[in-house]
Amino acid sequence: MYGLSVFVLAITGLIYVGVSALLVYAIVKFRARKGDTTEPPQVFGSTQIELSWTIIPILIIVVLFLTTARVLFSVQDAQKPANALDVIVVGHQFWWEFRYPQYNVVTANELHVPVSTSKAPEPTFMKLTSADVIHSFWVPQLAGKTDLLPNRVNEMWVDPQTPGLYLGQCAQFCGAEHAKMLLRVYVDTPDEFKQWIANQQRSQAEPSGGGQVAESTPNAGNVAQAVASAIPASSPTTKAHVVPENARSAQEMSAKAGQYVFEHQACISCHTVSGTVATGRYGPDLTHLMSRDTIGSGAAPNTREELMKWIGDPNQIKPGCLMPAMHLSDKQDEQITAYMLTLK
Amino acid sequence: MGSDSLPRAPGIEAGIDRTPALTRAGTYLERVHEWVVTVDHKRLGILYISYALVFLLVAGAEAMMIRIQLFYPHNNFVSPFTFNRLFTMHGTTMVFLVGMPILFGFGNYLVPLMIGARDMAFPRLNAFSFWISAFAGLLLYYSFIGGVGLSGTGSAPDVAWFAYAPLTEKAFSPGHTVDYWAVAILASGIGSIGTAVNIIATVFCMRCKGMTLFRMPLLPWLYATVSFLVLVAVSPLTACQAMLLIDRYLGGHFFDTQAGGSAILWAHFFWIFGHPEVYVLVLPAFAFANEIIPVFSRKAIFGYPAMVAASVGIGFISLGVWAHHMFTIGMTSFGNAFFTLSTMLVSIPTGIKTFNWLATIWGGKIRFATPMLFSIAFLFQWVIAGLTGIMLSVSAWNWQLHNSYFVVAHFHYVLVGAIVFMIFAAIYYWYPKMTGRMLDERLGKWHFWLMVIGFHVTFDTMHFPGLLGMPRQIFTYEPDRGWTLLNQIVSVGGFIQAIAVLIFVYNMVHSYFRGREAGPDPWDAWTLEWSTSSPPPVYNFVVEPVVASRRPLWDLKHPEDPDSAFE
Amino acid sequence: MATVPLEHVANEGEWKLPSRGVVAMASLITAESSIFTIFVVAYLYYLGRDVTGPTPKEVLEIPYFGTVCLLSSSGFIMLAERAIEHGKMAAFRLWWSVTILLGGIFLVDTGLEWQKLIVHDHLTIHTNLFGTCFYSLVGLHASHVIIGMLMMLITLVFALTGHVRVEHSYRVEVLALYWHFVDAVWVVVFTVVYVVGR
Repeated sequence: MYGLSVFVLAITGLIYVGVSALLVYAIVKFRARKGDTTEPPQVFGSTQIELSWTIIPILIIVVLFLTTARVLFSVQDAQKPANALDVIVVGHQFWWEFRYPQYNVVTANELHVPVSTSKAPEPTFMKLTSADVIHSFWVPQLAGKTDLLPNRVNEMWVDPQTPGLYLGQCAQFCGAEHAKMLLRVYVDTPDEFKQWIANQQRSQAEPSGGGQVAESTPNAGNVAQAVASAIPASSPTTKAHVVPENARSAQEMSAKAGQYVFEHQACISCHTVSGTVATGRYGPDLTHLMSRDTIGSGAAPNTREELMKWIGDPNQIKPGCLMPAMHLSDKQDEQITAYMLTLK
Repeated sequence: MGSDSLPRAPGIEAGIDRTPALTRAGTYLERVHEWVVTVDHKRLGILYISYALVFLLVAGAEAMMIRIQLFYPHNNFVSPFTFNRLFTMHGTTMVFLVGMPILFGFGNYLVPLMIGARDMAFPRLNAFSFWISAFAGLLLYYSFIGGVGLSGTGSAPDVAWFAYAPLTEKAFSPGHTVDYWAVAILASGIGSIGTAVNIIATVFCMRCKGMTLFRMPLLPWLYATVSFLVLVAVSPLTACQAMLLIDRYLGGHFFDTQAGGSAILWAHFFWIFGHPEVYVLVLPAFAFANEIIPVFSRKAIFGYPAMVAASVGIGFISLGVWAHHMFTIGMTSFGNAFFTLSTMLVSIPTGIKTFNWLATIWGGKIRFATPMLFSIAFLFQWVIAGLTGIMLSVSAWNWQLHNSYFVVAHFHYVLVGAIVFMIFAAIYYWYPKMTGRMLDERLGKWHFWLMVIGFHVTFDTMHFPGLLGMPRQIFTYEPDRGWTLLNQIVSVGGFIQAIAVLIFVYNMVHSYFRGREAGPDPWDAWTLEWSTSSPPPVYNFVVEPVVASRRPLWDLKHPEDPDSAFE
Repeated sequence: MATVPLEHVANEGEWKLPSRGVVAMASLITAESSIFTIFVVAYLYYLGRDVTGPTPKEVLEIPYFGTVCLLSSSGFIMLAERAIEHGKMAAFRLWWSVTILLGGIFLVDTGLEWQKLIVHDHLTIHTNLFGTCFYSLVGLHASHVIIGMLMMLITLVFALTGHVRVEHSYRVEVLALYWHFVDAVWVVVFTVVYVVGR
């Protein structure tokens, strides 16, 4: 792809230099001399010249087209290797939902993929769709963009060769906060990735409430098996304890109180915290909120202060985002923040 | 170069009507009334052009507000809601309330004069088209104050100029912004279709005696092509806006994905309009170049038949390239390949035209009056615009460039660097014909150079944030992406262009009262509009012309070497 | 302006240009065809994509009678054109009235069909995709029929009051061109909706 763009740039650059040079020459050589009022010889055309500057561009176009087509087909129709990572991307106004069907992991806004080397290639193949309007997934340093459309599944793949953090954002205007629908893609080493997956698979259920940790080995395409060994879905019977007898600190008390507030306010109708009663799908999955570096899909860093501000009124940070201000008391905001801080 | 130094052709002098107007326009109210009820193509042309220039200033102000907001990351000069309205209105205004009207204005003014007719084929339809377009513009801008609330910017459209569904469906845009957009543009579309019908009927049915289609100047040819494109391409926009309104108000499901509707269908329909639309905007710029470059090179246009074929060819091919705006939307690889090829093909006739202009200049005796300065800048800038277009047509590269500032830079190169520059050239060239006075050359040169500098500072620079990954239509960007300095340079160039335009406005107003008298033929040109007085009388020509070649005035001025001997 | 030496032009014979009205109507027809094409494309694209509701097969009956009336009205309008070209005003009024009548029958037929669909089959423009596309496309065509009939009625009023004469045959020709276009569109709509779509 890089080669193609350099090639196209070279050809167009040459054309520009050539035509401009002729133009500069013409306007210098053929300027009217002062006082000369005679007319130059009138030339009406030349079929030969017309043909030459029709045929030559056609040839250039043929070359450009064929080189483009080659890259186009090799990218769009690439075969998916057996060990590729599957990610489902669902675009929302104004956040990203990421699902890893092979690991039964659901997260939001910050994508982790394993690095893919020529010795051990492991590209990530993504299926993209939208829950509302048209969005576009664009991380410039990893790949070109692909749009996310409702009622339609698009596909793309990335094959990152170097670990690191790659930044991107939504690239199709999708409403008021389109500019703040940012993307962070972490290309992890194989060990980092395993660790991250294992963490994401932990549920936040109470230790007494049960819930196993699924293995972190990839299930290549076997969804049923993944479901079988999955974390049990949180059910209405799994209740949170308000004040456990052996609370260790004021902070932990605050967090427990926060969980209570969280589960008894409207929060759970939009958000999921796996292992609890919160199973809402409208907003981002918060199960491992603290494993992310930012909140609000990149709108603010993930710190206690910003979390408090967000929970108090998201419109302070991201005016126009679809989470309403819940008009809770300051104390309740503090408690919910404390609870959020435990969701590592 | 002017009316004093060159030999006057006696034939022209004899034909100028010098009788004073029989009635002097009376009170101020009477004069305004005359303009409101006029069906004269020249007055309607001037109305279109003036209307467009007013909106040029408005949309330019919107652009400056955008550039101020983007000067710093996390700037809060305007809110995100206001910003989204600003770029939507800037784009919509520039395309529908500046570009289309000003180009129809010139078409209205020039086509009948150039073909030796006394007016357009349907003068009353002409007036209707103008007034419905004017109403559309006022309706669109009324949205700022009409509708929901007066705080901020009310209900101005905020869905981007291409208003993708399903963002525009009632579920995601519950207010009235989309309705103002749809109805206003629908109305303006009716006006455009009316003008297109008029131009085609005029070109085919009202030419003066002896003017076969192949003796017609290139400008009417290009306007006929433009009109055909308008007929075929503006209608899809009308259709899909009707579908959108049916969805929003009658519970239709055209773009309702919950009911099985398709989000991609709007994109197809819109760009089936949208791409030919940009050719509707650029072909008149080519038409101006076809008239101005020969006159200031003192040579006939090189390769007239090839120019006709290329222009008509561009019109036809442009109908088949629309999905190059949709390379990332998820078409099959075959679809992407097809549109890559068709888009690249449109560069062939465009290249032919560019080379023909070069060949016209070649061997000429170039006079660098302001219209020619703008035309030469146009040539350089048009080549770049076309080449960045080729880059964008490479679909695999497009996946990176789409919806980035590279695209914004490309289309502004076309819209400003080519079209606006040629509009300036056309105004400097034909203002004397329309008003009887020359625009000031010194101010013209200031205007030109500031415009060139500002344009290049802004739009050359703008390619780079695009290549670095900066998307468009975002109200602010993050400081850690490395785009800040580039955005600041872009904004500074915007201010320089604003100054240039203000100088231009001053020039137009000042010269109207104090400009040098132009006479019928200040540029020593060759087409029929220069054979009548400046401004022409209401009936255009004292005697209906009879022509025997493509350059009737050349034949008059050079009886020893007439074109008619060669055609 | 003074005339240029006329040797070339004198040899070219009479200077004949196409008629304005016909060119203008042809241009309008081009634009309208483009609008109809978009609605037809949407109709075809959405065939079979409904999530709910009645399907075309279940509720559509082929409107034979209305179609025959509308298409034959094209023949009668041609008779009317020929009549006025030869100055036969009474014949013109007759054939013109027949054309209007046939158009009216078509509209009534469409109205009855829609009544059945709305009341019996509960198919409205917002029921499902099929409903939206059907009423939009057929309705767009019907609105063009209505406009044509209005223009023809106005012409009939002028004819009945003696204002239409043989020199107006050219204007009648332009109107007839519009009416032929409306009929041609019906052939397309009919095929798409009642033949292909069922």
